[in-house]
Amino acid sequence: MPAVSKGDGMRGLAVFISDIRNCKSKEAEIKRINKELANIRSKFKGDKALDGYSKKKYVCKLLFIFLLGHDIDFGHMEAVNLLSSNKYTEKQIGYLFISVLVNSNSELIRLINNAIKNDLSSRNPTFMCLALHCIANVGSREMAEAFAGEIPRILVAGDTMDSVKQSAALCLLRLYKASPDLVLMGEWTSRVVHLLNDQHMGVVTAAISLITCLSSKNPDEFKTCVSLAVSRLSRIVSSASTDLQDYTYYFVPAPWLSCKLLRLLQCYPPPEDGAVKGRLVECLETILNKAQEPPKSKKVQHSNAKNAILFEAISLIIHYDSEPNLLVRACNQLGQFLQHRETNLRYLALESMCTLASSEFSHEAVKTHIETVINALKTERDVSVRQRAADLLYAMCDRSNAKQIVAEMLSYLETADYSIREEMVLKVAILAEKYAVDYSWYVDTILNLIRIAGDYVSEEVWYRVIQIVINRDDVQGYAAKTVFEALQAPACHENMVKVGGYILGEFGNLIAGDPRSSPLVQFNLLHSKFHLCSVPTRALLLSAYIKFINLFPETKATIQEVLRSDSQIRNSDVELQQRAVEYLKLSSIASTDVLATVLEEMPPFPERESSILAKLKKKKGPGAVTVELEDGKERGELNGGGDRGGDAAIAASNASTPSPSADLLGLRSTAPVSGTTPSAGSLLVDVFSEAGPSATSAGVNDDGFLSSAPPTVASEDPAPPLPESDELLNKFVCKNNGVLFENQLLQIGIKSEYRQNLGRMYLFYGNKTSVQFVSFNTTVSCPGELQSQLNVQTKTVEPLVEGGAQVQQVINIECLTDFIDAPLLNIKFRYGGALQNISLKLPVTINKFFQPTEMAAADFFQRWKQLSQPQQEAQKIFKASHGMDTEVLKAKLLGLGTALLENVDPNPENYVCAGVIQTKAQQVGCLLRLEPNAQAQMYRLTLRSSKDTVSQRVCDLLAEQF
Amino acid sequence: MQFMLLFSRQGKLRLQKWYVPLSDKERKKISRDLVQTILARKPKMCSFLEWRDLKIVYKRYASLYFCCAVEDQDNELITLEIIHRYVELLDKYFGSVCELDIIFNFEKAYFILDEFLLGGEAQETSKKNVLKAIEQADLLQELWEPPQGWLSELSLPAST
Repeated sequence: MPAVSKGDGMRGLAVFISDIRNCKSKEAEIKRINKELANIRSKFKGDKALDGYSKKKYVCKLLFIFLLGHDIDFGHMEAVNLLSSNKYTEKQIGYLFISVLVNSNSELIRLINNAIKNDLSSRNPTFMCLALHCIANVGSREMAEAFAGEIPRILVAGDTMDSVKQSAALCLLRLYKASPDLVLMGEWTSRVVHLLNDQHMGVVTAAISLITCLSSKNPDEFKTCVSLAVSRLSRIVSSASTDLQDYTYYFVPAPWLSCKLLRLLQCYPPPEDGAVKGRLVECLETILNKAQEPPKSKKVQHSNAKNAILFEAISLIIHYDSEPNLLVRACNQLGQFLQHRETNLRYLALESMCTLASSEFSHEAVKTHIETVINALKTERDVSVRQRAADLLYAMCDRSNAKQIVAEMLSYLETADYSIREEMVLKVAILAEKYAVDYSWYVDTILNLIRIAGDYVSEEVWYRVIQIVINRDDVQGYAAKTVFEALQAPACHENMVKVGGYILGEFGNLIAGDPRSSPLVQFNLLHSKFHLCSVPTRALLLSAYIKFINLFPETKATIQEVLRSDSQIRNSDVELQQRAVEYLKLSSIASTDVLATVLEEMPPFPERESSILAKLKKKKGPGAVTVELEDGKERGELNGGGDRGGDAAIAASNASTPSPSADLLGLRSTAPVSGTTPSAGSLLVDVFSEAGPSATSAGVNDDGFLSSAPPTVASEDPAPPLPESDELLNKFVCKNNGVLFENQLLQIGIKSEYRQNLGRMYLFYGNKTSVQFVSFNTTVSCPGELQSQLNVQTKTVEPLVEGGAQVQQVINIECLTDFIDAPLLNIKFRYGGALQNISLKLPVTINKFFQPTEMAAADFFQRWKQLSQPQQEAQKIFKASHGMDTEVLKAKLLGLGTALLENVDPNPENYVCAGVIQTKAQQVGCLLRLEPNAQAQMYRLTLRSSKDTVSQRVCDLLAEQF
Repeated sequence: MQFMLLFSRQGKLRLQKWYVPLSDKERKKISRDLVQTILARKPKMCSFLEWRDLKIVYKRYASLYFCCAVEDQDNELITLEIIHRYVELLDKYFGSVCELDIIFNFEKAYFILDEFLLGGEAQETSKKNVLKAIEQADLLQELWEPPQGWLSELSLPAST
């Protein structure tokens, strides 16, 4: 039994708790609990009505059992009965039970709400508080529905007791957080703000949490709170430590309220009123000054409370980011904490400095602490503190200190805790790329990264180093040499083998002059790792081998020998077997020229946002993003045309390059690029097309070297597209169905549907004559670049179309990346002996892959601003060629595929739309604004998107529509 | 604040207060994981840690750990002092509080917490005011069979 038992101890409860504590085993405990549950159940069910005390005792026992971790499935009704007891103690236990064991039984909820309603209207402050505590603890939607209207009234009523106001404020906060739609702003709103002036410190303390939450959601409605908060803060900061009596905590006046006031101010920009701002700056200076004063007490509570205010003030200073003097003072203060003996302060200082590092005013000041931070990374005993140090190093990194910081992070990685390695690897990779002045340093860094922490190097990281090496010819020789040396190590990480295989396969020739790295030496080195590697790596190595055959004809015999061995050509893995077979065949039958074309060097990768950054953002959550976004901005400039791209870009690029090396990275490229033959490396199929059954796609894929492949059907070349084909195309920009083409013989109708980056189009060819069409053949082709951008598959149609009949053809379209040109549809047939040869543009335009995006005005403008680089915008001013009817315009804009956003543009005459273009490689967000000028019969159309080609293309397409 | 947990060195949960809606299952999982994480930490380590997407602030008092989960923008040091003030309140109420007091009078521990924190925010930080509220309640409790006249003076609703 405990020493103290205030009020009326429930003896039976104490005995039961003692019994449970004396249980020697879990089984004994369960047995005792079951016995008790049976006892309680029988009491509740018994004929004899229980008195309030017993009911309370049993309900309390049930609560205890539940809190021990056992399930409770009865007793709710008895607890609800207690709510309407007029004995405080019974009511209190009833409410506690209800708060802890929330039940969704609707009948019970009705009873509970009834009891709460009675207590709220009882005018007894103690009962009202109990009821409010219960609402705040449960916070369910049902309670919000029942009480969200009543509580604001209680909160602002003149005769409400202070303690009730406090509970009401926080109760309302809980309901607002859970169901913001049910808490309606109103007349009470302005009165709530004035609670900041309340004489009772407790009321202010409770109310400010509510005000802060409401302000962050509705800043304009609550903006009068800024000046009130500043004057309240000013009074607290300047008060003597005894002025506030019991609200002074270890000689610190009202620390909780001070922190909350500073936090509230962070919902707003700096005050515009000069006097208010002056007063606030004074407060902040006083807080900073106090940090330098000798402590009034040696107790840790004193320094914690004081420093809590200081850190909150620094947060506000960082939030304003406009007072260089304060920022630098904050930085110096944090610098002192970096070496404080309290671990907590060191941790917080590192954390807070991270945000200071991103301010232009304090970045340099933060950098002066680099040695201390590096030291923390090496010597702190607590991993969470080391993590903070690593974050800060990352945040303070710039060109001047990148080499030092990257070196320190690399050396830390050797011993770093497993929990933070992956993130460290990403950070090192990002910094190395971002601040690479000479790329040999970059290559060294990444290879070191793989050497030290290979297991934590994700695909994104090694894809990236390859992209950069491919795109920068000044570093290729160095990369080949370095990776060759790295592979010499007896045990090297599989990721190193991947990078090695890829780079030597592309650029091994650059070091082949040195007899120590002659072609055969390179090959043997790579092949010595082969058997230790997983299937995907082996597949990559096989591709490297075939590239070797092209680079170094002298290795051909050796490599063919390897490919021919049973372990390759009969490998149980289908991918490996297929590669071995195909590469062997390719190397033996293709001429040197064909080989050279097929296996030529990878072209540069297209510009793309770094997938490493994306990954880090995902890992770190929103906290890290601010710094990261800046990275993104800068990156473009730093590496110029260099290429960034994740595997998606690589896959896309695979498609554009008819080379089996495409497989090197994109092991996923087993999906055919075009044509209907599902096989790894469609190109190989094409090359061997004379050997296999004729691929229906033969006409689709007019790769240069395909000329040896026999045409499958008509020998005539497709006609050039009809002159009117662009106009026909434009008709379908804002609609998906209709007649595409019609002449005296033939009518072509279209129905199409699009979802995400996929589309399906039905073409209906109608024979308008009474004579049959023979040798009817249609092909769809993607000229030039388009073949890497769209994947179009069709089935051939029957070669005979009877007079008056209609045949249907289905076309499947996959958008791989954004594109400009349209696929060509060629139709050939003989009508009465004469060959008809018609080419049209198939109305597949980039806007078909729009997903509409609804957004609020604020979001729209924010995104609009984010897309403010000149190349992201495309604009056209043009004369209206049709009427300017509102409904027609709206229908067209909707037909475009974007969402038409109402109430965004301040000018109601204008239209704004938003959508995301879905391609396999990426999503491109697009914003659109159309400003009609009825008087001048002109339009101004502005497009912004994250990709310049997209902005331009959508703008061009749409400008033709009005 | 999202939740507060009190647990012993043996990992037994002594008090749990949840300020965000979570299922019973989630609560159990969170408690289990977090208790393990904190018990594994060494004494001199810092009182804060990142855990999932929350900030954890904890402190050990004798055999009990007090642990709060707060959101990203919340102030760690002031949370640490929330814990301390709560300990002070328990201490003052029970008179040199020990783990046993909280076990045997768990309902009181909840009542005191509700007076101090509500919905995860400080409701009343004055020690005097919180204890006054609790003592008033105790006073009502001791008079648990009050005379009828006393009831009507306080204008309580009629017994149902």
